[in-house]
Amino acid sequence: MSIKHGLLALLREEPKYGYQLRGEFEAATGATWPLNIGQVYTTLTRLERDGLVRAASTEADGRSTYEITEAGRTELDSWFQTPVTRESRPRDELAIKLALALAVPGVDVSAVVQRQRSATMQSLQELTRLKRGDRDGEISWRLVLESMIFAAEAEIRWLDHCESILLRHRGRPAKQPQVHEADDTTEVTR
Amino acid sequence: MSAILDIRGLTRTHGKGEQAVHALRGVDLSVAPGELVAVMGPSGSGKSTLLTCAGGLDQPTRGEVLVDGNDLVTLSRAGVAALRRRRIGYVFQDFNLIPALTAVENVALPLELDGTRSRTARKYAEAALQEVGIGELADRFPDDMSGGQRQRVAIARAIVGDRRLLLADEPTGALDSETGEAVLQLLRDRCDQHGIAGVLVTHEARHAAWADRVVYLRDGVLVGQAGPLADPDQLLQGSH
Ligand SMILES: Nc1ncnc2c1ncn2[C@@H]1O[C@H](COP(=O)(O)OP(=O)(O)OP(=O)(O)O)[C@@H](O)[C@H]1O
Ligand SMILES: [Mg+2]
Repeated sequence: MSIKHGLLALLREEPKYGYQLRGEFEAATGATWPLNIGQVYTTLTRLERDGLVRAASTEADGRSTYEITEAGRTELDSWFQTPVTRESRPRDELAIKLALALAVPGVDVSAVVQRQRSATMQSLQELTRLKRGDRDGEISWRLVLESMIFAAEAEIRWLDHCESILLRHRGRPAKQPQVHEADDTTEVTR
Repeated sequence: MSAILDIRGLTRTHGKGEQAVHALRGVDLSVAPGELVAVMGPSGSGKSTLLTCAGGLDQPTRGEVLVDGNDLVTLSRAGVAALRRRRIGYVFQDFNLIPALTAVENVALPLELDGTRSRTARKYAEAALQEVGIGELADRFPDDMSGGQRQRVAIARAIVGDRRLLLADEPTGALDSETGEAVLQLLRDRCDQHGIAGVLVTHEARHAAWADRVVYLRDGVLVGQAGPLADPDQLLQGSH
């Protein structure tokens, strides 16, 4: 689920407060995935339980910042590196992944898009092979196959489109410039 | 089996200095007998350049292009021309048919230019038209045919005789999706049944999906591929 990975992505650079995470998550995803603060804290609690983040400092008012752990970084890197599968796909997860890849410095967005494109193309090839092997099969099966083929094709076109938007967007200065320490030890940076 | 098309370190630069356009930068691509490879990528990424270099229609700035073991770069002009007539079939996006010749004459032309006797060439051409499903249109002129039919004539011309390498630049460009599909079926059958190596440039993912392997060009560089021959680990690592 992406809220979890979204928060990890936003913590990649520096520790943050829950309310800060909520605002940045919404900014990064263009408010297409509104979060309430309750969801943020529930997610942070689960992340903490799983050892992916830890509370970093606690202010007098009881609010604390969270920071990502090594295990959290590993989890995040593998999320960025793994294409979303066609079976378990909320299309939004892909959109959110791309938006975050763009918002977080040091992620190669084109590589994320390309891996996804290759993965979707692979399923399109498999569907096409099924279709070829079944030239005079049942019409209902044929139609189901065609619908899956068109869906995969649409996703690839959508990826092409996203890539051109992302590349254009990347050319612009970041909305919230952040000074952060270089962290070259993470896998995502390539 | 050794590759029919073997491209190594292919670089093609247009112009010099500040104005230089790097259409291809160090592309490696190998296509085995019976294999169909689709090339995708944004406009201007170098797809047509890759194809014209593979077909001996353009000279690389650097690198090697081997077709059936012959290096097009070091081969004489006459050698390249002969190879193009005998071993390489090229389907152009705009078909490039000669309007003054009938379908069968268009298809027979490369054979006749290569010295095959007229009657024999015609026999082969008729067989090729038959094979692409328009045998009955042999004596029509291109202007009296639909876009899909003209496309089939262009494909027949590219497969006539004993071709080893079939290069097609957006062969489904102007066709509706059913007709485009039929063209893919045709290319696929050539590769499966005759062991031809095929390279297909297309913008359409659904057409690229007929290929054994799909490679992506961006700014003159191959950035990834999909297909059974791809090493899954490599895909996950991204390019390089
Ligand atoms: N003769 C030429 N002189 C200068 N530049 C050229 C020449 N031919 C091609 N180019 C440039 O080389 C690059 C690659 O062109 P190419 O035709 O291979 O692209 P393409 O991927 O086939 O694009 P499209 O999808 O639009 O057909 C482009 O930037 C193009 O402008
Ligand atoms: Mg082109």
